[in-house]
Amino acid sequence: MSIDVLIAEDEPSILEALDFVFQRAGWSIDSVMDGEAVIDAVRRLSPRVLVLDVMLPKRSGFEVLKQIRADRATAGLRVLVLTAKGQQQDRRVAEELGADAFITKPYSNSDVVNAVRSLLGEAEPKVAT
Amino acid sequence: MTMTLTADLVIASAVAYVGLLFFIAYLADRNTNTRAGVFLRSPFVYTLSISVYCTSWTFYGAVGSAARTGLEFLTIYMGPTLVFVGWWFILRRLVRISHEQRITSIADLISSRFGKSSSLAVLVTVLAVIAIAPYIALQLKAITSSIGAIAGASQFGRGSIEGLDETGLALAVAAGMAVFTILFGTRNVDAKEQHHGVVAAIAFEAVVKLAAFVAVGVFVLYIGGGLDTIFADAVAAGHQIHAEGTFDDRWIAMTFLAAAAIICLPRQFQVTVVENSDENHLRTASWAFPFYMLAMSLFTLPIALFGLTFLPVGSNPDMFVLTLPLAAGQDALALFAFIGGFSSATSMIILESIALSIMVSNHIVVPIMLRATSDDNIGDGQGVRRLILNARRLSIVLILFLGFGYFYLTRASDALAPIGLISFTGVAQFLPAILAGLFWRDASTKAAIAAVSVGFLVWLWSSFMPSFASSSPVVAQIMAEGPMGIAWLRPHGLFGMNGLDPLAHAVFWSLFLNTTVLILGSLITKQSPLEHIQASVFLNVFRKATGETSPIRGSATADDLFLVARRVLGHKQAVALFSQEAKRARLPWSALEPSPTFIRTLERELAGSIGAASAHVMLSKVVSGDSVSLEEVMQMADETQQAIEYSQELERTSAELRATAEKLEAANRELRRVDLQKDEFLSQVSHEVRTPMTAIRAFSEILLTERDLGPDSRERFVGTIHKESLRLTSLLDEILDLSALERGERTWENYPINAEESLDRALRVCDALARQSNTKMKDGWRVDEAIVLADPDRLSQVMINLISNAIKYNGTIAPEVEVRSRIRGKHYVVEVQDNGVGIPEEERAHIFDKFYRGRLGEAAPYAGAGLGLPISREIVSRMDGKLDLVPGTEGACFRVTLPLAETS
Repeated sequence: MSIDVLIAEDEPSILEALDFVFQRAGWSIDSVMDGEAVIDAVRRLSPRVLVLDVMLPKRSGFEVLKQIRADRATAGLRVLVLTAKGQQQDRRVAEELGADAFITKPYSNSDVVNAVRSLLGEAEPKVAT
Repeated sequence: MTMTLTADLVIASAVAYVGLLFFIAYLADRNTNTRAGVFLRSPFVYTLSISVYCTSWTFYGAVGSAARTGLEFLTIYMGPTLVFVGWWFILRRLVRISHEQRITSIADLISSRFGKSSSLAVLVTVLAVIAIAPYIALQLKAITSSIGAIAGASQFGRGSIEGLDETGLALAVAAGMAVFTILFGTRNVDAKEQHHGVVAAIAFEAVVKLAAFVAVGVFVLYIGGGLDTIFADAVAAGHQIHAEGTFDDRWIAMTFLAAAAIICLPRQFQVTVVENSDENHLRTASWAFPFYMLAMSLFTLPIALFGLTFLPVGSNPDMFVLTLPLAAGQDALALFAFIGGFSSATSMIILESIALSIMVSNHIVVPIMLRATSDDNIGDGQGVRRLILNARRLSIVLILFLGFGYFYLTRASDALAPIGLISFTGVAQFLPAILAGLFWRDASTKAAIAAVSVGFLVWLWSSFMPSFASSSPVVAQIMAEGPMGIAWLRPHGLFGMNGLDPLAHAVFWSLFLNTTVLILGSLITKQSPLEHIQASVFLNVFRKATGETSPIRGSATADDLFLVARRVLGHKQAVALFSQEAKRARLPWSALEPSPTFIRTLERELAGSIGAASAHVMLSKVVSGDSVSLEEVMQMADETQQAIEYSQELERTSAELRATAEKLEAANRELRRVDLQKDEFLSQVSHEVRTPMTAIRAFSEILLTERDLGPDSRERFVGTIHKESLRLTSLLDEILDLSALERGERTWENYPINAEESLDRALRVCDALARQSNTKMKDGWRVDEAIVLADPDRLSQVMINLISNAIKYNGTIAPEVEVRSRIRGKHYVVEVQDNGVGIPEEERAHIFDKFYRGRLGEAAPYAGAGLGLPISREIVSRMDGKLDLVPGTEGACFRVTLPLAETS
């Protein structure tokens, strides 16, 4: 019983918005709101993609990412890092820690959806315009 | 050839011999500039004139010494030999300095070196006159003894001196010598104090005395049957020549004294230094003079031994040179020997009195005259010259009279040599000052005066005074028991030093104390600028580049200077000097502006006539202005001193640079820190702004793209956008507010308010929030009223922040918040206490930092940006109050303390 996307985000509004757009994209999703809960959720839910905010309470997104990559069971998980700080340094740290994609807040919904879709390995659907 | 040798004949011969000397001197003076003059200024004449060192003490006394104490007499030759062989070190330096500074005497030399000190010049002059008195007496004694010896040997001998005892004879000799010397040495005042005629006569006398002595020696060898026989006979007669006292303390003392004497004796300084016309003559003298002394001493021992063996026991050994030919009936040889002895005595007396009279007139008479008269009253051009000449004539009489006085008081003792040694010890007191002057830059005038005085006093006590022991019972008693019975002050046992030879004892104490005072004194006293200049001139004499500096600066008219020059130098020489300067400056004489160089030249010329100290005083009276400007003294500062100052300056500058660099670095660090803080702040702000922006953009896009949203969803999304916009606005407000507060701005006016009312208002605002989160608001102790200086809205803002934080970040099942207030001293205190988990120890230090949120803060939904507490703290501090986290409580407790307003 694996899910498509796990969202780790502490801001309720942002979480609600992500939740909405990912459901619309047709993915099964779940979410956590602090850093400590992420690892458990990953083991429990085996998501295909993790959308990870950097500024999480209790444990930062970077710490979580490091642990995921260190654990053989989770090392292959695809991770999209979100950050509100928007600095070059965060992007570099994310890449060094093995993030698969990196997006700065505020973002366009379609950018996040496309990034997750490509991490899921799905083709772009023919969206009616 | 036989002839009857009588006193009359001897005296007649002596007078005739003096006439011959006059003739030689006259010829020499007249022919100074002819070919004969060139010969007179040859190094050999110079060397012969130095042989004035060999006086009748040598001629008669050396034989006496040899007969009494064996080889000891050799020390008197060894000392000078050492000095002359090592002439390069001391003599050459002395001659060079004296020529450049126009030094006229040993007193002039010492005073010139030590800041042209008049006191020192007077001291040295007085000491010299007193110290030389025994030496003059020695010559008088030798002449009278020799006349007496001849007269005693003949039955008609006494002739015209019948009725004259030894004393009367000595007085007559002294008077004759005075007249002779005055005629000889004071005919004029020469610019350089050089006496070519006298030098020529002295050189002639040197040849005569050597020839006479060698003639007696050869005669003794001849009648004694050769050297071996004389020695063998002497040993057979029981005379030991090597018996005792060889190379003991007395030997060392005598060698040292003789070495000092060849430098310090006024007449030796006169012939060696002042009369020297060419420095290179010293080269010749350095070997020729020791050679002369060797020749003079070759026959001393044979004559002494032969005399001891051949003459009856009790004969005066000092007169062997004369009595041996007399006893052998060789009257002609005896007369020649007499003339030789007379030569040694006269040459010494003439030169010594001239040298001393120059010192007395230049350093005592002229200064007194200069002080006693004003500039205008000195007299006409010849005045000073005539006065100087008269002063010298008087000095000569005085000096010979002193010599006679000493002779009279000590007539009981008969040996010649000990008398001479007293003089040697006396003049040796100049040696430390001279050597220090030549080689030690720091030697100071005060120290030199003290040193010479101390040496002089010790000499008077331990060397000069004891020679009166035979004529004065008082002195004899002091010698035996010490003054007033103080044994350690006995002249021959000072400070308990007994058992030493009296001569060695006197030499040791006088020179030891002299030198000690000089060294210690120089170390503790400071040189005056003039001393410093003169020290440099003396020490740098062989460094041409240094040049000399005129100590006299200022302005004087050429007329004034000419008047002075004419008074001292005479009209002819003064005109010559000024014409030369006018020619050099290419100006008519009347327009001549005397340059410092010219004043310096003039001072030197004057110094040549009246000594450095007097010349300096005389010119200083004419030339207005300070003798030495501060600027000059600065220039005179040693290179070393300048180097030290320079390096200190460098050190100071580099220290300043270092300090500046450190300050710059500190400022730079601070800038970097502030810059980092700013980056950090901007980064935080960016994060806090982007978060609501993200939500707003996300929902806006959803609303724009999703056409099929139900009205409920649509309404909810729009509500979220609105809420996030408000959050964004309040965030920006907070940032601006904090920024203003941090810059020290206060956007409100403090006035007396009732703080309790603000607190009540805050509680009302938070009431809804408390009810939402089921938090129980407990009423704590409250005061009725507290008047503080504040803004009610801002104070409420602080209270709301604290109370809402307590409600939001509690984290327990039954949250409670208690607000209480009280008056403590002059302060109003409000505490907001919750029953939550409290603030972890590691977070307490950061709780007031900007954007800092504890774990609870981060976890809580809709948490603030972390600016509430920093803003509250700034507000309270702008009300002169404090906001703290109270330590050690259950849960968290924040306390606001505000000063109560003065009740008027």
